[in-house]
Amino acid sequence: MQITVNGETREVDVEEDMPLLWVLRDELGIKGVKYGCGIAQCGACTVHIDGEAVKSCQVFAGDVWGEVTTIEGLGTPDALHAVQAAWIEHQVAQCGYCQSGHMMLAASFLSETPDPSETQIDAAMSANLCRCGTYPRIREAVKTAAKMMREG
Amino acid sequence: MGKVGTIARRTFLIGSAAVLGGVAFGYYMYKRPAANPLLHGLGEGEAALTPYVLINADGVTLITPRGDKGQGAYHAQAALIAEELDVDLAAINVDPGPPSPAYYNTALSSEAVPFAFYDDGFLAETMRGVMDAPMKFIGMQITGGSTTVPDGWEKLRVAGAVARETLKAAASQLSGINTTAIKTENGRVILPDGQEMTYEELAPVAAGIAPVTKVRLRGPDEWRYIGKPMQRIDIVAKSTGTQEYGIDVDLPGMVHAAVKLNPRQGGDLIAFDAAEALKLRGVSDVLQITGGVAVIADNTWRAFRGAEAVSCDWGPALFPPEQEEHWTALAQAIETGDHDSRQRDDGAAAEAVQGGIEAEYRAPYLAHAPLEPVNATVWVQEGRVDVWTGTQVPRFAQAHVAEICGVDAEDVHVHVLMMGGSFGHRLEDDVVRRAAEVAAQLKGTPVKLTYSREEDMLHDFLRPAALGRMKGAAKAGQVAAMDYHVAAPSIADSQFAERQGLGFPGPDSTIVQGAWDQPYAIPDYRVTGYRAPKLAPVSSWRSVGASVNGFFHEGFLDELIHEAGADPLEERLRLCFHEPTRKVLEAVGEMSDWSGPRPAEGVGRGVAMVASFGVPCAQVVEVRMTGDGLRIDKVWVAADVGRIVDPVNFDGLVKGGVVFGLGHAMLGEITIADGRVEQENYDLFEAMRMDRCPDIFVRGLETGEKIRGIGEPPVPPAAPALANAIFAATGQRLREMPFARFVDFA
Repeated sequence: MQITVNGETREVDVEEDMPLLWVLRDELGIKGVKYGCGIAQCGACTVHIDGEAVKSCQVFAGDVWGEVTTIEGLGTPDALHAVQAAWIEHQVAQCGYCQSGHMMLAASFLSETPDPSETQIDAAMSANLCRCGTYPRIREAVKTAAKMMREG
Repeated sequence: MGKVGTIARRTFLIGSAAVLGGVAFGYYMYKRPAANPLLHGLGEGEAALTPYVLINADGVTLITPRGDKGQGAYHAQAALIAEELDVDLAAINVDPGPPSPAYYNTALSSEAVPFAFYDDGFLAETMRGVMDAPMKFIGMQITGGSTTVPDGWEKLRVAGAVARETLKAAASQLSGINTTAIKTENGRVILPDGQEMTYEELAPVAAGIAPVTKVRLRGPDEWRYIGKPMQRIDIVAKSTGTQEYGIDVDLPGMVHAAVKLNPRQGGDLIAFDAAEALKLRGVSDVLQITGGVAVIADNTWRAFRGAEAVSCDWGPALFPPEQEEHWTALAQAIETGDHDSRQRDDGAAAEAVQGGIEAEYRAPYLAHAPLEPVNATVWVQEGRVDVWTGTQVPRFAQAHVAEICGVDAEDVHVHVLMMGGSFGHRLEDDVVRRAAEVAAQLKGTPVKLTYSREEDMLHDFLRPAALGRMKGAAKAGQVAAMDYHVAAPSIADSQFAERQGLGFPGPDSTIVQGAWDQPYAIPDYRVTGYRAPKLAPVSSWRSVGASVNGFFHEGFLDELIHEAGADPLEERLRLCFHEPTRKVLEAVGEMSDWSGPRPAEGVGRGVAMVASFGVPCAQVVEVRMTGDGLRIDKVWVAADVGRIVDPVNFDGLVKGGVVFGLGHAMLGEITIADGRVEQENYDLFEAMRMDRCPDIFVRGLETGEKIRGIGEPPVPPAAPALANAIFAATGQRLREMPFARFVDFA
C-alpha cells in the first residue's frame, strides 16, 4: 500500500492492521515518533493526518485517510516550526521522549485554537503524558507558540 | 543529635570487611590512579588528556562516565568541562564512553555511609574518605542518588583545567614562548603576537608531553557558565525529534525481539507452545530464555504480536501472591520487634510517648514507568559483544553480558544511549541480560529487544511498599516526643545482593532514609527500621527511601504539631538545628506569605520539609475545595544544593520532581494479585496530567557548604505537603497513599 509521509509518498508492504506507529518507525525508519504504551494513553506516538493530531498506535495502516506528518515534517533544527522554537525557548524537554508527541498535539491544537485560554490549553494537552513532569513549561511554551503563530 | 557513634564503628568494620582480602589491594589501587581507559584504542593524532576529555580532529569530546536519563547530566558535565577548558559549551561533543573502573562514583559512596548529611564532624568525614576506597575497588559506575554534579564538580573542572594547561604547554613547546604569556579562548590557544592554534591542531603535540597536573581552578567571579542560565546541549535535538534513544537503534541485518515472561515476576517457565506464533508473518523464531520466551521477528510490532500468540505454562510467584499478605508481612516485621537499624535514639522516646497519639501510615508499591520502555540491542560476534542501551549501570550490564555470552568483560562494549526517563528503572539491567540471552542464541545477528509497555510494567522492580507505626506526644504547646517505626522490604537485599551479587552486611539505611537523618531536635526521639522478609522484588525509585519516609515522617510530625496547637511552619523552624534547612523553610514561608492573611474558607495550606541526598527541600502546597473535588492550585518550593550549576535546568528539575511527587501521592499504586502486578499500563497506573498541574514557584538557595544534585530531593516533600494541605482544608488526615483512594481530586 502507499502512504504519504512528510510530503513523500512511500510504498509499504505491511498487514492492514499494523499500527501506523510501527509502519513509521520500523518500516520507514522515521524515529521521531515514539512508542510509549500502545493503548492511546501517553500520546508519545502523536502524528498528524491531514493536520489533525492522532495517536498513531491506534490507526491501522489500512485506515490511514490522508497525508501523515511527523515531528520530522513539522520542522527541522535549521527550519523550526513555531512550536519547536517555543519548546527550545522554554527548554521544555527533560528526557524528551514524550516531547515529539506533545509538540505535534500542540501544533494541531493551535491551528484550530489560535488564541487559547489556559483552561483550553490544559484540557487539550492533557491527552498526552509526561512522566518527567514538564507540564509547567509545556503550558508556557504553548502560549509562546500561539503568540508566534498569530504574529506570523 | 543521634547516637551515630555505635553504628559508625560497626559499619567501619563492615566497610573493611566488604573488601576483606581486598583492603590492601584496594588501598594499593586507591593509592594508584585507576588505569586510563582511553589510552587503549587511541587513534593516531588523538590525545587523551584525562579520562574525561578527548580532543581529536572532531574537536573536544566529553567522555562522560554518567548516563543521561533526562536530568541534563550530559549538559551539566559539559558545562563543568567548558568552564575551565575555554571552549564553547555548544561545541562540546558527548560520548558516553566505555564502561571502566576509572569512573567510580565518589559521591554515591559518601551517601552509603550512615552519617546524616549535616554531620561534618571528623569521624563522618573520615568515614566518607574510607568508603571511597571500596567504591573504587568495586568500580561502581552508577548514575543515581543525585550524584552527577557532586561527583563531577571537582573532577570535571580539574579535567578541563588540566586539558587547558597541557594544551598551553604544547603550544609553548612548539613556539618557545613561556606558558604564562599564552592564553586560551573559544577552543584555541592564543600566543602574544595574536597567532592562534586550535586545540585540535595541538592535540597530537599534547599527547607527547606529560600532562600539567598542577592547576588552579577558577573562582566564582571568573565563571562564564556556572550559575548562569544556559541552553541545555540536548534541547534542540529533543525539540525536533532528532534525539536518538536506545529504542531507536537500527543496525544492518538487525532483528527485532519481544518477550513474554512469567507475569509473576521472577517465576519460572514450565512449558510453552510456539506453533501459533510461528505461523504469523515476519516471525522467524521463538527462543527460550530465563523466565519466558523471546519472539524474533522483522519488526517490533510483529514480535509483540508473536509474543501474544505463544502459550505458556508459568510457575508460581516467588513471593506472597496477594497484596493483603504483603501488608500483613510488613506489620509483622514491626511486631516481631527484631529491628534492622536504630540510627536515632535520643532521650527516652518509648516512655515519653505514653499517653500521646499514635498512627499507622502506608505507602504502596510503585512502578518507575518511564515513557521509553526498557530495551537493549546486543550483537554477539566472535570474541566480541556490543551492547547498545540506556543504562545507569553499564559496568553491571557489561559483567552480566560477559557471563551470559562466555567472553571476558573487556570484550563486551557497552554503548550507553540517551534514556527516555528512568526514575531508577535503568539501575536494573534485566532487559540487557535477556537481550544477551537472545543474541547469544543468534550469534552474528544484532538483536534489538524491546519490552512492550505491559512486559515493562509486569517486570519492573518496584518502589518498596512500606508501613509505619508511630507514637508521639506534645507538651506545653511543643512537639516533645516521637517514636517512629517503619518496615519495608530491603532494596539492599533485592537490588544489590540478589540481582547484582553485591551483599552489603549491616543495616539497610534506605528503610529509614528520610526519617532518622532529618535535622530536627525532638527531645525524646527514636527511629527504628525493620527489614521485611522477601516480598515483591524492589529497587531504587526516584528519591528511594525518602519517598516513603518523607511522607510518613512529615505527615506524623504535622499531626504532632497540630496536637501541640503550634503553627506547622513555626514549630518546624523551632525544632530545626541545621541552618541551611531553616533557610529553605523560611524561604517557602516568605514565598507563600505563610504568616499573612489566613487562606479563604475551603482553602488549605500544608508545609513539609524533607532533606534527602544532602539537600533540604521545603514545600508549601495550597489546595482548594471545589464542587468536583480538591484542586491543587499552587506549590512553593525552596531547595539548597550549595551551588546551582544551571538555574534553568535546576528550575525544571525541581518542578518536575514536584509534579512526580504529587502525581504519585494522588494516584499511584501497584498492587499484587494472583502473584502478579495488576497495573500493566498507564490506564491503570495513572500519573498527573497537565489539567491537574499546579503553578509551581521555585527558589534555589546556595547556603549549604557542599554541592549537591537536585534530581531526587524535590520528590519526597510533595506528598506530605499535599496531605497536610488537605488536612488544613478539610480536617481529613491522609495516612496512606494514593490519596485518591480517600478523597476526590478535581
